[in-house]
Amino acid sequence: MEKQEFTITIYTENSIGMIGRISNIFSRRKINIESLNTSPSEVEGIHRFTILIAEGEEVVRKLCRQIEKQVEVLKAYFNTNEELIWQEQALYKVPADVVNEKVYVERLLRQYGANVVVIRPDYIVFETAGHREEIDRLTQELTKYGLIEFVRGARIAIIKDSAGFHTKLKQFEREEPAPDIVENEFLDQQDKVFTM
Amino acid sequence: MSTLEKTETKENQKTTVASQLTGSQAVLEALTHEGVDTVFGYPGGAIMPIYDALYDYNDRLKHILVRHEQGGIHAAQGYARTSGRVGVAFATSGPGATNLVTGLADAMIDSNPIVCITGQVFASLLGTDAFQETDVVNITSPVTKWNYQVTDATEIPSVLAKAFYIASTGRPGPVLIDITKNAQLQLFDYKGYKACDHVRSYRPAPIVRKEYVEEAAKVINAAKKPFVVFGQGIILGKAEQEFKNFIEKGGFPAATTVMGLSALETDHPLHVGMLGMHGNYAPNVMTNECDVLIAIGMRFDDRVTGRLDKYAKQAKVIHLDIDPAEIDKNVKSTVPVWGDCKETLPLLTEMIDKGNHSEWVQQFRELEKEEIKEVIQDELNPKGDVMTMGEVIKVLNDLTGGDAVIVTDVGQHQMVTCRYAKFNSSKSNVTSGGLGTMGFGLPAAIGAWYGAPHRDVVAIIGDGGIQMTIQELGTIMQFGAKVKILILNNEFLGMVRQWQQLFHDKRYSFVNITSPDFVAVAKGYYIDGNKISERKDLRGALETMLNHDGSYLLEVMVGKENNVFPMVAQGTSVSEIRLK
Repeated sequence: MEKQEFTITIYTENSIGMIGRISNIFSRRKINIESLNTSPSEVEGIHRFTILIAEGEEVVRKLCRQIEKQVEVLKAYFNTNEELIWQEQALYKVPADVVNEKVYVERLLRQYGANVVVIRPDYIVFETAGHREEIDRLTQELTKYGLIEFVRGARIAIIKDSAGFHTKLKQFEREEPAPDIVENEFLDQQDKVFTM
Repeated sequence: MSTLEKTETKENQKTTVASQLTGSQAVLEALTHEGVDTVFGYPGGAIMPIYDALYDYNDRLKHILVRHEQGGIHAAQGYARTSGRVGVAFATSGPGATNLVTGLADAMIDSNPIVCITGQVFASLLGTDAFQETDVVNITSPVTKWNYQVTDATEIPSVLAKAFYIASTGRPGPVLIDITKNAQLQLFDYKGYKACDHVRSYRPAPIVRKEYVEEAAKVINAAKKPFVVFGQGIILGKAEQEFKNFIEKGGFPAATTVMGLSALETDHPLHVGMLGMHGNYAPNVMTNECDVLIAIGMRFDDRVTGRLDKYAKQAKVIHLDIDPAEIDKNVKSTVPVWGDCKETLPLLTEMIDKGNHSEWVQQFRELEKEEIKEVIQDELNPKGDVMTMGEVIKVLNDLTGGDAVIVTDVGQHQMVTCRYAKFNSSKSNVTSGGLGTMGFGLPAAIGAWYGAPHRDVVAIIGDGGIQMTIQELGTIMQFGAKVKILILNNEFLGMVRQWQQLFHDKRYSFVNITSPDFVAVAKGYYIDGNKISERKDLRGALETMLNHDGSYLLEVMVGKENNVFPMVAQGTSVSEIRLK
């Protein structure tokens, strides 16, 4: 089956170790994750994963079922690019003198809608957001002018047609609020604890 | 939803006296409230507080000290399989916990309801490479249905309630709870134990969609050559009777997977044998002849399907399963029926026409005759001097009448036993199906006996597998499980040897395994035993074994280079099954 980009959106409990459980499902089939983003969702206590992979639809459907099977996963969706509105963010650190001296660079940055984040005598940091290809093109261009550092964020995506689950999520949270996570609060008390 | 049997009473649930308990006591309170009567375990540094508390629970909880944690979890699996209840294993942190991993993987793939409790280093030491610290939650996450680390005792009652609920509902599976030592020692206000009946992100069984059941009934009613294949889902769903009603009303021939054995009694007139690589001839061939294949509570393992692109391509496939991830995973279904078969089977039975497919069933019987002539006859009544595994099972069937619990290890003896053993009632077959774990047999048999102490438990094990977990003879010696150990010794790692013979030009590479004097080893553990190598002694020796009050080890020397046939060679279609 032909591989194409799929974005998988997963709603989960906000519990420790979820990334591991979910990424295991990809790695056991030797599937590379192109990008992964975790964030809160619009509903407090429920987490949202956005995962980008290139695979055949059949495989992606099976993956989603195995993800949904995890006890702490509420729902997993998969979508093609056409069904989504998505963005990736990027940060660029460029030598200040290059930007000051080369008019072309300035025009380039304007053209790609890059915004200045920090200005220092030695370098300037820009940020931009957009589709992968746009960011890749800008990166390629800037490399020619001594790009010092570059980082791109994971894809985040909104499903064009996802009103359905939102109400369900709210209902989940209303009926049973998520418990607080117990993190290891003992870690800073090491000296006080007796060990054998 | 298939909640597994619990022996708890309503009164037990209401003990809400607020009092101070330690985390360890709360663990044991949870177990007693869940109706656990037997725990298999091994103590160690990080689980010592729980073992300390256990000292006071001797009257309510039986603890079986195994000789290795792997033995502990396999015993818990055996217990779960014969009792239908949750099996519980204790282990300490680090090596104790990592020794559970094989059993967890086995329980995961064979859907055994297991709760493992592991000790862990103090929460303050997590991540510091402390003595006997391993990251157990991460190590075990691919092989558990759910796992969780407790660092605060107040969580223990609710987390354990959730553990038992998740392990036993829906498609069962193993759950591991890792409890740091500080949480075990911590005193807290205990507010009583409340069993869990709901987890908001977890749906044990999908909602039954009636339109699909109707659609399935329509397809079944139009079938000329319907064929039912069933798996362990029938046993896990406690739907043996519902299943029988279904096939009897429709008059459908039905074949079992290895894991489904004993869900339908072997002698049932519609039982047409076992599927798969070493299954029977007829059900394998007929898979590619039927027009409707009705799969119930099974997952189309590659050992069942053979080559997938040549598997039942002519048939419409109806797949009943509780786990939505199994639908269309390997075999594309024409009509999927999501849900617990305890619920879906009666619905479906009601909608199907009363049928009689005796001519179609007769075709299975004709093929069976061929298999009897080519394979079974010689296996059960060999003409040569050396004994076959099959004839040992045949005599065993005569003596037990099919009422015993049969536990097997992995390999040739397992396939021969699954092919020929007679089962009269459900939960009588205990074997490692999906994972194929050598060393499973002996410890699983110990657990199986505690799960069904009034039944005869016969562990049939090869000379290779027994040597992997032979230390569990010590557990039998100390606690007296009345397990009958039947070693079928062919002086080879037989299944691997068979493959080397058939597919690797008989280049026997490290399959020649030598054995100790098993009877002497048993004697060292104060277990009686006997060894035979001649046919004339077989019946008497088996009788002595079965009549012996207590555990007994019988070693039977069988033919060295016998092969298990029929066989669907890897990469071939089920209909290309070879008889020799």
